[in-house]
Amino acid sequence: MESFEPVLLANIGKADSHTLKVYERNGGYQTLRRVLTQLSPQEVLEEVRISALRGRGGAGFPTGLKWSFLPADHPGPIYFCVNADESEPGTFCNRVLMELDPHQVLEGTIISAYATRATTAYVYLRYEYPLAYQRLSHAIQEAYQAGYLGKNILGTGFNLEMFIHRGAGAYICGEETGLIESIEGKRAWPRTKPPFPAVEGLFRKPTVVNNVETVACVRHIMERGAEWFRSIGVPPDPNDPRDPGSFGPKLFCVSGHVNRPGCFEAPLGIPCRQLIEEYAGGVRQGRQVKAVVPGGLSTGVLSADELDTPMDFSGPIKAGCLGLGTGGVIVMDETYPMIDFLHNSCRFFAHESCGQCTPCREGTAWALRIVERIKAGRGRLVDLDLLLEIADNIGIIPGTTICGLADGAAWPIKTAIRKFRGELEDYIKHTNPHGWSATAPILDLAHETNGSRSETTSVGIK
Amino acid sequence: MGIVIVDGKEVEIGPHERLNGIQAAARAGVEIPHYCWHPGLSVVASCRMCLVEVGTRDPKTGQIVMLPKLVPACNTPAKDGTVLVTNSEKVARARAMVEEDLLLRHPIDCPICDKAGECRLQDYHFKYGQAERRAEIRPFTSRKRDIGDVILFVDRCVMCTRCVRFVREITGTSELMVVNRGSHEEIDVLPELPLNNKLSGNVVDLCPVGALADKDFLYKQRVWYLRRKPSVCALCATGCSIWIEENQDRIHRIKPRENPFVNQWWICNEGRYGYPFVHHPRRLRGVWQRQNERLLQVNWPTAIGRIADMAQNARRPALCLSPFLTNEEAYLACRWFKNAHSASIVSLGPIPYQGEDEHFPGGFVISAEKCPNRLGVESVAHWFEQPPLPFEELLTQVASGQIDTVIVLGGYIKPWITPEQAATLRGASHLIVADLFPSPLSDKADLILGTTAYAEHEGSYVNRRHRLQWLTRAVRPPMGNRSLGSVFWELNGMNGLYQPKSILAELASSIPYFSAAAGEVPEHGVDLRVTQLATQETSSKQFTA
Repeated sequence: MESFEPVLLANIGKADSHTLKVYERNGGYQTLRRVLTQLSPQEVLEEVRISALRGRGGAGFPTGLKWSFLPADHPGPIYFCVNADESEPGTFCNRVLMELDPHQVLEGTIISAYATRATTAYVYLRYEYPLAYQRLSHAIQEAYQAGYLGKNILGTGFNLEMFIHRGAGAYICGEETGLIESIEGKRAWPRTKPPFPAVEGLFRKPTVVNNVETVACVRHIMERGAEWFRSIGVPPDPNDPRDPGSFGPKLFCVSGHVNRPGCFEAPLGIPCRQLIEEYAGGVRQGRQVKAVVPGGLSTGVLSADELDTPMDFSGPIKAGCLGLGTGGVIVMDETYPMIDFLHNSCRFFAHESCGQCTPCREGTAWALRIVERIKAGRGRLVDLDLLLEIADNIGIIPGTTICGLADGAAWPIKTAIRKFRGELEDYIKHTNPHGWSATAPILDLAHETNGSRSETTSVGIK
Repeated sequence: MGIVIVDGKEVEIGPHERLNGIQAAARAGVEIPHYCWHPGLSVVASCRMCLVEVGTRDPKTGQIVMLPKLVPACNTPAKDGTVLVTNSEKVARARAMVEEDLLLRHPIDCPICDKAGECRLQDYHFKYGQAERRAEIRPFTSRKRDIGDVILFVDRCVMCTRCVRFVREITGTSELMVVNRGSHEEIDVLPELPLNNKLSGNVVDLCPVGALADKDFLYKQRVWYLRRKPSVCALCATGCSIWIEENQDRIHRIKPRENPFVNQWWICNEGRYGYPFVHHPRRLRGVWQRQNERLLQVNWPTAIGRIADMAQNARRPALCLSPFLTNEEAYLACRWFKNAHSASIVSLGPIPYQGEDEHFPGGFVISAEKCPNRLGVESVAHWFEQPPLPFEELLTQVASGQIDTVIVLGGYIKPWITPEQAATLRGASHLIVADLFPSPLSDKADLILGTTAYAEHEGSYVNRRHRLQWLTRAVRPPMGNRSLGSVFWELNGMNGLYQPKSILAELASSIPYFSAAAGEVPEHGVDLRVTQLATQETSSKQFTA
């Protein structure tokens, strides 16, 4: 841990780090050359599998395993998609990679496409990253000119075409089947699984979708070997046979009430406190931490007592969060009211719910209405229970939705209420001193128009 | 063969059957509520009403392992060893939550909603919902929008997207879409591109709630006043199975009746909205006799006596059969006619055609042949006359004086005869016309009989793919009209009331083409091209194009 050397961010900070010239000067595309000329796709896949690389996009699914689901003798085409629709609040590590070191992403993508026998790669880029779009398209152009993309790459007979597809500003496009639908030109509604994309994905062909950071890691695994990768991070929990461990470096984006927000590279398993104190320079104005979002808004919150949680794929889960997520750490200091956190997250997910599954479409909107009412001073204690019930009914973990992004809508509500219930109850009691204890169902429209609150009622439907 | 366990009950699944959880449960008599799933459309699993607990039984040890989470039954293949639990506390809670979610912004304007009484949201709320409303989302709105062939009540929608999938997968026209996101989602069409296709009425049937309303049916009847009768559409040779829904002898709407061999779940707008001719005020009513250029209304016994006289006293009488007759009517008419006169001749009326056959991506066909029973009537005619006289030949023979008495059995819905043809037929010394509407021919006839339309008589039709289907009587005919079946029953000297089923039995035993129709006609009809023993194997392949 002491001798941790950043690899993903190694080039960041150098002048013109986004150009091919600088990238090649620092050893760029040498790995690609070695892989294409010396290794078979199967060997690359095997190396990635041994490295136990887990997807950096949020769910942490083992990348080698994902690739191995592709049908072996498929006549093709097989598609490779890079998920650069980085929409998770608090996350910007892909942006750093794409804006400042796009060739690293490209090299990783080409190697990954080679390993999966894909001949077409799509980069699904969110619309809100204009600089990344500029840099990435320029880098792709440079790569085509230098012979790293196109037909017969480096004389090895491997062909790869790469396209950038820009999203139109929807959170749901980051879900892998939603992303696929969006590339196909449809509304980004996630598909029901099975069939999984590895069997039937983009244009009904086998498809792999990997995060930007994941493909960047692939490049370093192929350069330094799986053993190097496994020397960083946390080994599998011996008591949990399903835990593949959390190896390798990870980019953490620390934002919020810290002195030095930014994107940092650290080994997986680093305690959250160290990330805040050492990397981000501590909480601003010397205040105390109240709550920390460990990995993007959808993972929920850690309370101040849980700051020693190791930031690996299973650490935040043990602390009641959804998972490591994207590594977007948002720090909230002691002055920050949790009702605002609750309101902001409910608003975001109500706005971004794709609207396909009933529990998520209606539940997120309902939760927002309740939180808005609490904020407006008409909250009741039972509302917290209702919010919990709504949240517990959203997501693929209870099984009520198609995609996992719905879990992301539920976890901030669940963790904020379960960990900060006292504060929220205080808030309700103070803002609604006469009505906080009411438990009767909220009066319906008929009741209100019957005149029991005559000053507010003019006609039937407002 | 496989065994699926539904709530502890074992049901068998055939070796080649591909059923999902909802279908397998239905086989066990267990209803799994659902909105978005429809057997004719792709599976999206988005309404989440069909959530159940699913497990698998190990074939060796018999041990059952359940999945920890809920699973949509519509997307769960029923295989050997699949275990479905639909009555657990967890499932009940999930259903109640979905119901509550769907009712959050629903206007609950059931008193003015056409769907009330047959609405899934209503039914499921009482069965699976919770009694008390916990949300305070207001105000309720009930916006209405004309989107072309149907009306959209925007706020009643539960976003099952059945209508959207229907216009994409079955009609291939893709007019409908989902706009906006999250709870602001709505079904809509593009400006200038309204919902406008020949199957558009089906989206109203597909809609599990009252969001899509039929313009024809809107605000006309409460559905609980309607009685439905199984019947067959008579507007083209496809012969879709339909329900005729009536109240007090007035048809209010036509609904498709599921038939995997003919129309699956759909019918075209032509058939759906084509019923009003039954109640048209211009229809021929009663029996009229022409005497000294004046029409006198006579009673049926007199008329039947006149028909018998005319046929017997003729030099050479001809009987013209229209493709709108039922097989039984055609058979009784021919049987009587061939016995009544030794020189009698059976002829076939014109077949109405309009355009080309229309094929839809979902397999539905609208036939160009706009009559229900050409094959059946032709087969009956061929049995009695080899070959029956074509209509053109009938005209020539009347013109040349070879035929002196003509009995025309019509039943045509649209104008079918030109004044010139009518004038030629009038050349006969005796002309009897039975029809639905006045025509140039009926204006000249000696005896005019008001007959019955497809909803008013019982009998069978044979569609373009040789499938014989049974019609039941849905409404009574206008006062004074009798079905041709009962007229010829009497002319044949048979006693009592007209019994079309006994006539079909006679048809099946005497005419080889109809032999497969022996016995009770099943609800999906019988394929006359195969013998009854082979029906099971081959008829399942009939529905192609």
